[in-house]
Amino acid sequence: MTYSFELPLLVLLILTAGGAIIVKDLISAVLLLGSYSFFLALIWAWLGAADVAFVEAVVGAGLATVFFLLTLFRTAPADTRIRRPRPPVVAVFALPLLGLLLLYAANDLPGFGDPASPASIHVSPHYLENSLADTKTPNVVNSVLMDYRALDTLIETVVVFTSGVACWLLLRRDPE
Amino acid sequence: MPEFLDAALSRPNLVAFVVLLLWGLYITITHHNLVKKLIGLYLVQTSVIFFLVTTGAKEGATVPVILDGMGPVTADAYVNPLPQVLTLTAIVVQIATLGVSLGLVSRIYRKFGSLDEDQILAKLE
Repeated sequence: MTYSFELPLLVLLILTAGGAIIVKDLISAVLLLGSYSFFLALIWAWLGAADVAFVEAVVGAGLATVFFLLTLFRTAPADTRIRRPRPPVVAVFALPLLGLLLLYAANDLPGFGDPASPASIHVSPHYLENSLADTKTPNVVNSVLMDYRALDTLIETVVVFTSGVACWLLLRRDPE
Repeated sequence: MPEFLDAALSRPNLVAFVVLLLWGLYITITHHNLVKKLIGLYLVQTSVIFFLVTTGAKEGATVPVILDGMGPVTADAYVNPLPQVLTLTAIVVQIATLGVSLGLVSRIYRKFGSLDEDQILAKLE
C-alpha cells in the first residue's frame, strides 16, 4: 500500500538532497539541505508522526542550518568553491553492491503500513492501551519519552551537555 | 522482473531510503571539502531515521494522541509510537554530533586556513 501524496514528496526529497550535494556554492547547498529537512518533516506529518515532524522542522531545518551557516561565515567564503573529485574504485563498486543487497532484503520486510508488522505487535500495543491510565497523558509519544523511558532521555541530555562542553573547548580563543 | 525488485518497487519509501543512504555515503567518502562531507553524513543520518519512522506507519491509523472518553483504546487505531520515540532521541543526538563536528571544522580552518582535505594534508607535512 502507498499513500497518494507520497510519490511527489519522495521525488522532491531526492531532488533537494541531490541539489544539496551537486551545487558548488556551499551556502546554497546548506539552504537546500534545510528545504530537504522541511520535506522530510512534511512526509512524517502525513505518516502520523507529528512529534518527529515538529522536531525535524525545528531542529533539523532550523538549528542545523544555523550551525552550518555559522561555520561557513566563520570560514572564508573564498574557500567555498569545490573542484570535482576523482572517485576511488572501492566506492564505485562497493556502494551499488550495498544498495542491491538492501533492495534484495525488501523481500523479507513486512508490507508498508501493515498493522500486523512485527514492530507494531510486540510492546507498542501495551503502551497505546495503558499509557492514558498509567500517566494521564494523552500523547503516547510524550508519555513513553518522559515516563517509561525517562532514564534514556536523561542520558540524552547528558550527551547534549557533553557536546556543548566540547564545542566550547573547541571554539574558545587561545590564551596566548 | 526478479521477485525482489517487485517487492522493492512496491515500497517507494525503501527505494528513497536506499538512494539517500548510498548518495550520502558516496559524498562522505569522495568529496574533498569538509563541510560537503558533513552534508553527506547528515543525509545518511536522516535517511536512516526516515526508514525507521516509516516502519511505524499503519494503514488507516492516526496520530498517537489518545482521544479522551472514547472507551477502551484499540491499538490498531493509532500509529506505532515506539519508532517515533526512538528517532526523537536519534535526531537530538544527531544535532549534537553535527555541532561538535562543525566546531572541529571551524577549528581546523583557524589553524590551517583551508577546508580542503588535500591542502590540509599538504600543510601537515
